[in-house]
Amino acid sequence: MTDLTKLTLAEARDGLVAKKFSATELTQAFIKAIDAANPHLNAYVLMTPEHALAQAKTSDERLAKGEARPLEGLPIGNKDLFCTYGIRTTACSRILDDFKPRYEATVGQNLWDAGAVMLGKLNNDEFAMGSSNETSAFGPVVNPWRRTRGGKVDNTKLVPGGSSGGSSAAVSANLCLGATATDTGGSIRQPAALTGTVGIKPTYGRCSRWGIVAFASSLDQAGPIAKTVRDSAIMLRHMAGYDPKDSTCVDMPVPDYEAEVARGVKGLRVGVPKEYRVDGMSAEVDALWQKGIAWLKDAGATIHDISLPHTKYALPAYYIVAPAECSSNLARYDGVRYGLRVPGKDLIDTYEATREAGFGKEVKRRVLIGTYVLSAGYYDAYYLKAQKVRTLIKRDFDNAWSDVDVVLTPTTPSPAFGFGEKAGDPIAMYLEDIFTVTVNMAGLPGISVPAGLSGEGTPMGLQLIGKPFDEGTLFRAAQVIENAAGRFPVPSKWWA
Amino acid sequence: MQVDEATVRRIARLARIRITDEEAKALEGELSGILAWVEQLDEVNTDNVPPMTRVADMKLKKRADEVTDGEKADDIIANAPMTEDHYFVVPKVVE
Repeated sequence: MTDLTKLTLAEARDGLVAKKFSATELTQAFIKAIDAANPHLNAYVLMTPEHALAQAKTSDERLAKGEARPLEGLPIGNKDLFCTYGIRTTACSRILDDFKPRYEATVGQNLWDAGAVMLGKLNNDEFAMGSSNETSAFGPVVNPWRRTRGGKVDNTKLVPGGSSGGSSAAVSANLCLGATATDTGGSIRQPAALTGTVGIKPTYGRCSRWGIVAFASSLDQAGPIAKTVRDSAIMLRHMAGYDPKDSTCVDMPVPDYEAEVARGVKGLRVGVPKEYRVDGMSAEVDALWQKGIAWLKDAGATIHDISLPHTKYALPAYYIVAPAECSSNLARYDGVRYGLRVPGKDLIDTYEATREAGFGKEVKRRVLIGTYVLSAGYYDAYYLKAQKVRTLIKRDFDNAWSDVDVVLTPTTPSPAFGFGEKAGDPIAMYLEDIFTVTVNMAGLPGISVPAGLSGEGTPMGLQLIGKPFDEGTLFRAAQVIENAAGRFPVPSKWWA
Repeated sequence: MQVDEATVRRIARLARIRITDEEAKALEGELSGILAWVEQLDEVNTDNVPPMTRVADMKLKKRADEVTDGEKADDIIANAPMTEDHYFVVPKVVE
């Protein structure tokens, strides 16, 4: 039998309905692949094979009766930021300890209601704070891709991006058909770009945030990482939707995104913002960008130079807004109601000891910055100022939308880097998100689609940014790029 | 903005995170660096610019004023490190 783990989500769905294999066989193939790969890649922090096989059994029964739901029997991975009923959820932080939620995140519930099977919980940067997955309490994830130098494979371990590094690595290594992820400053799109996978952050409010461990509530949004544009469209449709439990979740119908992918880009107006040509951008990233422009043009789109003048202020404004909101959100970890508790001599001492032991270095750094910018006398100078800059960033896009329908940029300034290469300097790591963070600040949808290989043989992505709630156009344009660039499967299964 | 060690300690106290002397020293440099970097926002004129509050104009939904949830004390204390009769137990606060 062919290797079932290599199928796309759409192919697996069609194969299950055509009874070429069963959901149980498909799930078993993934469990076996995870068992072999995880000691090397560390993509999963918790494997739930019994849970998965029980779901697969139900799926097989429904398939046999001809009652298949849209994602019936399709095994996926779930980022450990999504609360799962009775199944350990940690946000990859020590402070959540052995937390077993008594509720299920809405996005997860939507997927299970559509018939999907959960293989386990995926690694991420602690509380989703990081761009390399190196801040996880469970240790870093290894990118399935390796560099090639002078015709030889270099065994240096590369990061899979972050914070959704477990999601991106698992999808590219065929350890699930697709994965849930979250994106606060680039945490879906940057890891997708670094692993040759597709990742979409939908418009703020498209997916419910209920039951997702909060980082920065005005920026956080869930979305999928998948093998193809079509797969990401299928997954997003069944993750999104109105939820009365999240007051920022919009009450709008979710379109059939899969129907969009084949519609092409004839007549579509594509904007190319000059401000994204930043100092120090590598020649190969620029060349990739030019290729993307040419592909869209060849497919019938028109190309327009645009200006988004406040782009350079997005990242510094983000590093006020995100830490401020994180310091508020993480105040809940007090060692009283759930998670870790380190006893102290009194209540305050207990708080301080618990939070000292429970939070990692980067989380502490961000909580402290957030506490500082929100402390008495500084609110207007920092947080309010940053929120005003956000309005200007959003206005830049509002102006652009009168001339263009979609914006094309690179996803990241460079391809995957090695472990520890950017760990010493927080600002160097923050610059990983320079092209993605504006999208979160403006609340817009953005997709990263693999578009080529670097000189080191590692994948690079292009990003498409859309109007609010116009994810459909992103799928159309991304499919054109995928058609032209081809797909980027990992060249060697070196861990097996 | 230069952050000194005393400020780092004051913030850490506000954030209820205990830090070692070594960490306080390291954080002094790191926080100063990040705060100096975000100071470039001062270049942007934000006079008469409202702070961003939402992506798309929408009215916040209202719900009916009725009880829809509750009676789940067991669930609420299920993950607590220390409990007694459906109460969270903390060190003595009032003498």
